[in-house]
Amino acid sequence: MNLDFSDDQKFLQSEAQKFLEKEQSLQRSRSVLDAQQALDIDLWQKIIAMGWTGIRIPEQYDGLGLGHLELCVIAEELGRSLAPVPFSSSVYLFTEAIIKFASNEIKQDLLPKLVNGECIGTVAITEQLLAPTAQNINTTAVNNAVSGTKIAVPDAGIATHVIVVCNGETGIELRLVELGDECSIQKQDTIDDSRGHFSIDFNNASSQLLGDQGEGWTLLQNLLDQAAVMFSFEQIGGAQAALDMATSYAQQRFAFGRAIGSYQAIKHKLADMYIKLTLAKSNSYYGAWALSTESVELNVAAATARVSATQAFDYCSQENIQTHGGNGFTWEYDCHLFYRRAKLLSLNVGSLATWKEKLIHGLEKAQPANVNQGV
Amino acid sequence: MNFNDSEQQAQFRAKCSAWLQDNAQLKTQVVNHNPHGEPGSQDFLDAARSWQKKKFDAGWAMLHWPKIYGGLEASPLERIIWGQEEVKFNVPQGIYEIGLGMAGPVMMQYATEQQKQRYLPPMAAGEEIWCQLFSEPSAGSDVAGLRSKAVQDGDDWIINGQKVWTSGAQFCDYGIIVVRHDPNVDKHAGMTFFFVDMKSSGIDIKPIKQITGGSSFNEVYFNDVRIPDSQRLGAIGDGWRVAITTLMNERLAVGDAKGVDATEAFEWAQGQDDHGQALIQNRAVRESIADWYCQASGLRNTKLRTMSALSKGDTPGPEASITKVVSANKLQAIGNFGIDSLDMAGMLKTELSDVHDFHNAWLGSAGLRIAGGTDEILKNIIAERVLGLPQDPRADKGLAFKDIPSGR
Repeated sequence: MNLDFSDDQKFLQSEAQKFLEKEQSLQRSRSVLDAQQALDIDLWQKIIAMGWTGIRIPEQYDGLGLGHLELCVIAEELGRSLAPVPFSSSVYLFTEAIIKFASNEIKQDLLPKLVNGECIGTVAITEQLLAPTAQNINTTAVNNAVSGTKIAVPDAGIATHVIVVCNGETGIELRLVELGDECSIQKQDTIDDSRGHFSIDFNNASSQLLGDQGEGWTLLQNLLDQAAVMFSFEQIGGAQAALDMATSYAQQRFAFGRAIGSYQAIKHKLADMYIKLTLAKSNSYYGAWALSTESVELNVAAATARVSATQAFDYCSQENIQTHGGNGFTWEYDCHLFYRRAKLLSLNVGSLATWKEKLIHGLEKAQPANVNQGV
Repeated sequence: MNFNDSEQQAQFRAKCSAWLQDNAQLKTQVVNHNPHGEPGSQDFLDAARSWQKKKFDAGWAMLHWPKIYGGLEASPLERIIWGQEEVKFNVPQGIYEIGLGMAGPVMMQYATEQQKQRYLPPMAAGEEIWCQLFSEPSAGSDVAGLRSKAVQDGDDWIINGQKVWTSGAQFCDYGIIVVRHDPNVDKHAGMTFFFVDMKSSGIDIKPIKQITGGSSFNEVYFNDVRIPDSQRLGAIGDGWRVAITTLMNERLAVGDAKGVDATEAFEWAQGQDDHGQALIQNRAVRESIADWYCQASGLRNTKLRTMSALSKGDTPGPEASITKVVSANKLQAIGNFGIDSLDMAGMLKTELSDVHDFHNAWLGSAGLRIAGGTDEILKNIIAERVLGLPQDPRADKGLAFKDIPSGR
């Protein structure tokens, strides 16, 4: 029985935490938001130099050859410090897709470049102001040429490559496109401008197929299941930071002659934050187990982690503002940075409603034995 | 990360499982819902006694206890493994938990060696049942506000007052009790702790009828009841410290609210009709069940994190403190869901066991949110002990107990 990270993984996590504190990741996030810069290049270069972009990439491609668990502890720290870097797009989504679905030729070309930062990747899914489904993807792939418009694509402004979810000749396909002249990229304003999002117009952009034809939607779901676990660690990192902020403020702020943290209205609010965070953390560990062991339970475990991590970060970030009173509503205090990031993360690989539906759908498909797992 | 037992743990689990298979019936093989009789009946009590004795004779009753008192000196993790295996079997539960979980540790820590040898083995064997006498009509969450009086008289103490919410008092042989020996000092300083023979003259026990219709709790009246000073546990005036040790053990003993869970709600929704289609097709129902499933999974995995720490020989973190507040509220929500799913007919009591379970969850959860620490007290504890927030300013601080406002 070991639902915990190893000592080496915990060491990696504490080193990551120290590094991001020293580099003032949170202040950098604020600067990126203020200046509408989409990312902090300097921090991103330093992260590449730390080797984190190659954690999951095999040593033969210059990576560290480590596992998903190492990625999860890094994710928690990036979430805690709201790091304004394209790590999640390029690592949880793009790199994973290349490792899982690409030909050896593509791997040999791209994986070393993903390690050293020459290549930055992202994934383009959504097209309209509604949840993407296999039925509403209108971007086409004809004779390997991709055409159509994608919106809310993370980090496209700095990315060199993008995986595009296309409607191909035999159904949904995942296609690799090198961003070039046939792709017109526009920055989009979002609820959290500390992380850049863009629209991309593809005009007969040349592409390569990833995975099997017509299997794109299934492959995408698997990719999102994996990413949801890693994002859940970003979410619990952020939720913990918001709870820590609220706790510290409640101890220091006095009203009516006493610390506001001595009022039960505040205590119970913070206890509720702790409860949601603890449930989310435990479910994220379960997700990490399923991810790292390639368990058949991954779809259910990922949805469970995703739903509770979204609920925890949304709640903790929102009640952190409430605990701070008027100060929490100012631009000057950091509360809104967490509130923004929480909402961004609660949408980026699908909303709460989408993941609750995935969870129930997963239970319906599972054998009764899988549904009824009790200790 | 893995969910596997170590070789040693697997061997221990196999040993537990083998013994259980020889001596009890798996839940999945039980057709009758109450094979041991209605909980609360004499049949049930007899079944519980004989099961406890069987376990004791094989060493399983209090397996973490020293061997001289009938234990196996098992590790905390082995105790959990035993619990995980025993719960798969249909065995009579609910009679011994309080005595063994609360009176046991306190006797182990504070009784004399002679008393331990006299009382602990029969307690573990189920031959003598113990209860806990803390709460009073005016001392619930604020249990340190208790008023039952103890006056020293030679080698005895004379007890007068009333206790309440005493589970099982009607069939108990002994009880642990905390009383006030000095109302003239600070409230926490004026208490003393004893164990008492429940058959003593002057003890009067009256069952409380609960909102479920059952009576698992009692009022216990003390009218000039004599307790020998040799049955004092801890020093005079140390009662609160001894009681706190016991309450910490109660939190561990209470744990999960038992009853219908996300899985039962899911299965029910698959079979129940809702305007011509299965209830599980209803979007609102799907979202609610997803919420409960995430809570249940979160509690299960929290328990596994605690076990992982024990397994490595580490002290577990405070994460288990969320268990009761989450599970009792979830139970209430699921009870409401099940009843509501029957629309107008939800008001009816039926013989259908699923519906019966939802009714039980709905009524029982209202009590579980209070027993062993209310939601509010548990959240205070999380805020103060886990997060480090300051205590509420208290109106009773620095006052002699007799001068504390009582509201009546």
